Amino acid sequence: MILHIQRDKSIAAFKVSGTMTLLAALYEIKEREEPSLTFSAGCRASVCGTCAVRVNGKEVLSCAHTIADGDLVEPLRYHPVLRDLKVDRDPARKPLEKEEAWLHQYNAAIPAPGDERLTEKQTDCILCDSCYSACPVLAVNPDFLGPFALTRAFRYTSDRREGEAQDIIGKIQENGVWDCTLCGECTAVCPKGIDPKMDITMLRGTSLQHGYSDPNFAADPFGTPDFSGGFGFDPNTSY
Amino acid sequence: MIDLLVIGAGGAGLSAALAAKEAGASVLVIGKTSPASAQTSMAQGGINAALGNAGEDRLAMHIEDTIASAHGLCNTDMVRKMCQGAPEAITWLERLGVPFSRIDTAQKSPTASVAQRRLGGASAKRACYAQDYTGLKILHTLYDNCLKAHIEIFDNRYLLNLVTEEGIAKGATFFNIHTGEIEQINAKSLVLATGGYGSLYHGFTTNAYGSSGDGISAVLRAGGAVSDMEFVQFHPTALRESSILISESARGEGGYLVNGEGERFIDELKPRDEVARAIFRELADGKEVFLDVRHLGEAKLMALLPQEIALCKLHAGVDPVRSLIPVKPVAHYSMGGIDVDEVLEVNGIKGCFAAGECSNAKVHGANRLGGNSLLEIIVFGRVAGENACQYALCASSKPAEKTQLQKDTEYIAEIYRRTNHINFYETRRRLGELFYEKVGIVRENRSLQQALDEVISMQLALSETGIADKAKQHNQNLVEFLEFTNALLLAPTVISSALARDESRGAHFKRGFEQEDEAFKKHMVLRWKEENR
Repeated sequence: MILHIQRDKSIAAFKVSGTMTLLAALYEIKEREEPSLTFSAGCRASVCGTCAVRVNGKEVLSCAHTIADGDLVEPLRYHPVLRDLKVDRDPARKPLEKEEAWLHQYNAAIPAPGDERLTEKQTDCILCDSCYSACPVLAVNPDFLGPFALTRAFRYTSDRREGEAQDIIGKIQENGVWDCTLCGECTAVCPKGIDPKMDITMLRGTSLQHGYSDPNFAADPFGTPDFSGGFGFDPNTSY
Repeated sequence: MIDLLVIGAGGAGLSAALAAKEAGASVLVIGKTSPASAQTSMAQGGINAALGNAGEDRLAMHIEDTIASAHGLCNTDMVRKMCQGAPEAITWLERLGVPFSRIDTAQKSPTASVAQRRLGGASAKRACYAQDYTGLKILHTLYDNCLKAHIEIFDNRYLLNLVTEEGIAKGATFFNIHTGEIEQINAKSLVLATGGYGSLYHGFTTNAYGSSGDGISAVLRAGGAVSDMEFVQFHPTALRESSILISESARGEGGYLVNGEGERFIDELKPRDEVARAIFRELADGKEVFLDVRHLGEAKLMALLPQEIALCKLHAGVDPVRSLIPVKPVAHYSMGGIDVDEVLEVNGIKGCFAAGECSNAKVHGANRLGGNSLLEIIVFGRVAGENACQYALCASSKPAEKTQLQKDTEYIAEIYRRTNHINFYETRRRLGELFYEKVGIVRENRSLQQALDEVISMQLALSETGIADKAKQHNQNLVEFLEFTNALLLAPTVISSALARDESRGAHFKRGFEQEDEAFKKHMVLRWKEENR
């Protein structure tokens, strides 16, 4: 079986002994053939979040992808490539600090039965960055907070123990909830079945409740909304 | 100079850092991988605390269970300290925002609403959990809180050595994986939270490849002591080919263990060490062993064990709904480690503290109880952070000499110069097989001795073993080589302690000495002789 792997300067082809997980194949190549092949990996069981790459253009965890002949393996997008498949995780993590995704003011509310199920999926996040790599908004706006950071924001703002959810909500307005195009690419690649698109939709609702509005429509509150640009309905047209 | 240098960014390290920061100290955390990827994420079952949220439980019962499981090898004061600290640890985690599962009825306090389940060896439903991701969710909440507290975390730094002067910790040296440079970081006190040595059993462990006991080896090289190294817990059910863990809950829900002839051969719910030995005996008789959950039915399996089903399909190519799951017991947890005293200071190195799996705080003894490892990293992680802070208050802030830095710079340069004759990945694989076969679940003096001889010849061959990748930056080949040398350095400590222990106790089982022997109710404490360092 042949794997094509994007290395620093070119795509290299490697032969591996049979069907296995991509991570097992990468180890086989490194241990037997090319010791300089560089990639990140950890637990082998889909919880440490370190081994995400792109296979044939789609984000996967190396440890959870079964290889097929001819697979093309590339590093995650929108991350500085450090070497071969290993990428710098720091820039993608910065939004977590920017939006302050943590419990701000602990409020000793007694969680009701089933409360944790409201964000059970969201807290399954392993910070593998698959969603970040899949997000097309980041191609045009590198300052976009990105899907996993917004899911994290949703997880804390909807925690009953959070006394000051408005702090987080205020920080996800710019380059945040309104910049998402709701295309759902993030949801499609999440190895944990998390739905950042839905979380962002929910955060939009919460933002409205906190008095924020969609800047795409409210840029000039005293003017006329500009619907020119291909939409079918133009309120300025007279009949 | 910073007050506190925490080495290791898992649950214990981050707890120590948060506690130190709360106490007003300046803290730096260093890890070899990216933050929030530590082994802590793999802990599934829960964290023990005698809260009594799901039926009667008392502190005394938690203490008793822990002591019973330790087979006489624990320090009861330390066990008491850990168990007593448990309810407060849950309250702390609750305040940080850990998304615990909750019980079904309304409660008086937040902590009283945390759901609890029974794990093996416990006399009550004691393990607080967050579905099957307890460790993951605790680790990530700790990480979020470190960001909140503006605790600096440096990743991609591989620990080389501790810097000590006259037995006092002054800092540590690191290989900066980003730059390829050797760095020395000075600090008034150290906390080691570097994890266990499961990767000695390479290919036969649920642990990540990086569980190479880096901190434990560094302590030995710096003149500190290690203890109880012979005690390694084996998990009964990992997938046969990949050593991926199939959770105990598969048996908890009614799964059977059967051999190739379809016969059950053990009560599946006995303690881990007994079940692991029973499976090992079948395998040694040339039989295969399988986990059989087919009788539970597809609906129940998909509801109760969806993760396990997915792992079996992916890693073993079997669908447990229709087929038997081939399993074997593999190394899972290191009970032994850095020998620490009652304030968690390393035996032999002042100002250096250790917590979590890398340490031996003498709470797990000969066999760790499920749910006590997450508890230990939280309670003792924080204690280590607090104690290191206290120590730092009066510690000298005179920076250490650069002697260690120079030595390590030369050592790494020498590895780069070495002509590589032996593929260490091959030796690493052989070491794993050797350990599984001869230093594994059932031991024998003769084979232990053979293992020791082989390990020594592997150590001798090290001078001809090097790296093929000579790149300076992001040289994972070098990092893996250094990890392998650490594992190899620890190998004799495990074997010689096992050789010396002519009895069977907990996870250590020796043929010819199948009973506990009162004369061995003690810890094997090892350190390097001055002249060998």
